[in-house]
Amino acid sequence: MCLAIPALIKEKDGTRAKADVGGAIREISLEIIDRPAEVGDYVLVHAGFAIHRLEEKEALETLELMRKVFGQ
Amino acid sequence: MRLSSAFRESDLARNIAANIERATTRPHNLMEFCGTHTVAIFRHGLRTLLPESLNLVSGPGCPVCVTARTDIDRILYLADLPGTIITTYGDMMKVPGSGMSLSDKRARGADVRVVYSITDALDLARANPSSRVIFNAVGFETTAPSTAAVIKRAREEAIDNFHILSIHKATPPVVVALLEGGTAVDAFLCPGHVCSIIGSEPLEPVAREYKKPCAVAGFEPADVLQGILMLVRQLEAGESRVEIEYTRGVRPEGNPNALAVMDEVFGKVTSEWRGIGLVEGTGLKLRQEFAAFDAERFIDREIISEPDPPGCQCGEVLRGELKPTECALFATACNPESPVGPCMVSSEGSCATYYQYAERRGK
Repeated sequence: MCLAIPALIKEKDGTRAKADVGGAIREISLEIIDRPAEVGDYVLVHAGFAIHRLEEKEALETLELMRKVFGQ
Repeated sequence: MRLSSAFRESDLARNIAANIERATTRPHNLMEFCGTHTVAIFRHGLRTLLPESLNLVSGPGCPVCVTARTDIDRILYLADLPGTIITTYGDMMKVPGSGMSLSDKRARGADVRVVYSITDALDLARANPSSRVIFNAVGFETTAPSTAAVIKRAREEAIDNFHILSIHKATPPVVVALLEGGTAVDAFLCPGHVCSIIGSEPLEPVAREYKKPCAVAGFEPADVLQGILMLVRQLEAGESRVEIEYTRGVRPEGNPNALAVMDEVFGKVTSEWRGIGLVEGTGLKLRQEFAAFDAERFIDREIISEPDPPGCQCGEVLRGELKPTECALFATACNPESPVGPCMVSSEGSCATYYQYAERRGK
């Protein structure tokens, strides 16, 4: 119940949007998102509500950290 | 997002697992609070990548599992009221109340409908003005803000046949309740998406006052492993801080918009957690201004629930004191087709997860 999934915003009208959620287009709400999101942005969606706008930069930084080899 | 798949690469997971192996010099008990983490750990076979000295314990982070039997009985009571449509997330359908579940109620003629989002429930209320539509509002801070937003929408549009039974729960105080109750855990893997909403700051007391390291982790294999690595490194160094592994989903302050709407609509009260008991400040109850939407007002008698079925040890499992496989009913009297306790019902319940991924493979 607590798994949010990434979705790509395709259309936007105020706080309503259509987003590609794993290949299916779903209507989502942007009412409670943390920072403004536009068409082309990726957002985390939970039960029809976008809760967070994803940033590629943040994901890349985490990946870089994970690829490091510690303890050598 | 194409980037998501990068977090599933097996080389990445193996590298992090090797780092964990190198960092671990002694046994540690790590609790994954969230049922979604338990599922990720089993689905991706992550236990097989970890040193045996790391003991992973499943926690109470499944909203379905921790719903008190009385709360199930209250929604069952509402389902019997004439002219009423009950709407619910699918996970709640088979959770047993006193002798019955919502699924059983529907089989006996009650109007119970599964929805994907609370907005579907509001649409149903608009389409059925002569019916009373009640949404069974369950979930932690991931679902509570959307409930709050929809309640505000219902008020703006004056939809007076829409109501919720709020069994939403706030999570941080229950971690403290577990520790006060004596749960033997050294560190916590904390839920990424709950923290997308609340941030990592509410976990600070767990690290500072109880000296238990916390790592907020995402749900891809590399995320879970990296979170475990953070915990092990802190434990080995004798530190206790709150770290965010899931930086792409979580900021320390959380989501201010979601927190604001949640606070506007809900006040915090004491709430009953199955297996844990009453925990102050964890219940989310509609504030007085929104009382018209509270389905509580249709419950005009005291609901008295039967005690848990004999032998059911969901309580011990939820407190991390017992592994699902150690319960005498596991995979015998209790299985996903006929669950005795809620931990075997929810797809994210630890008993159901152990049953699906571990127990069946052994047989």
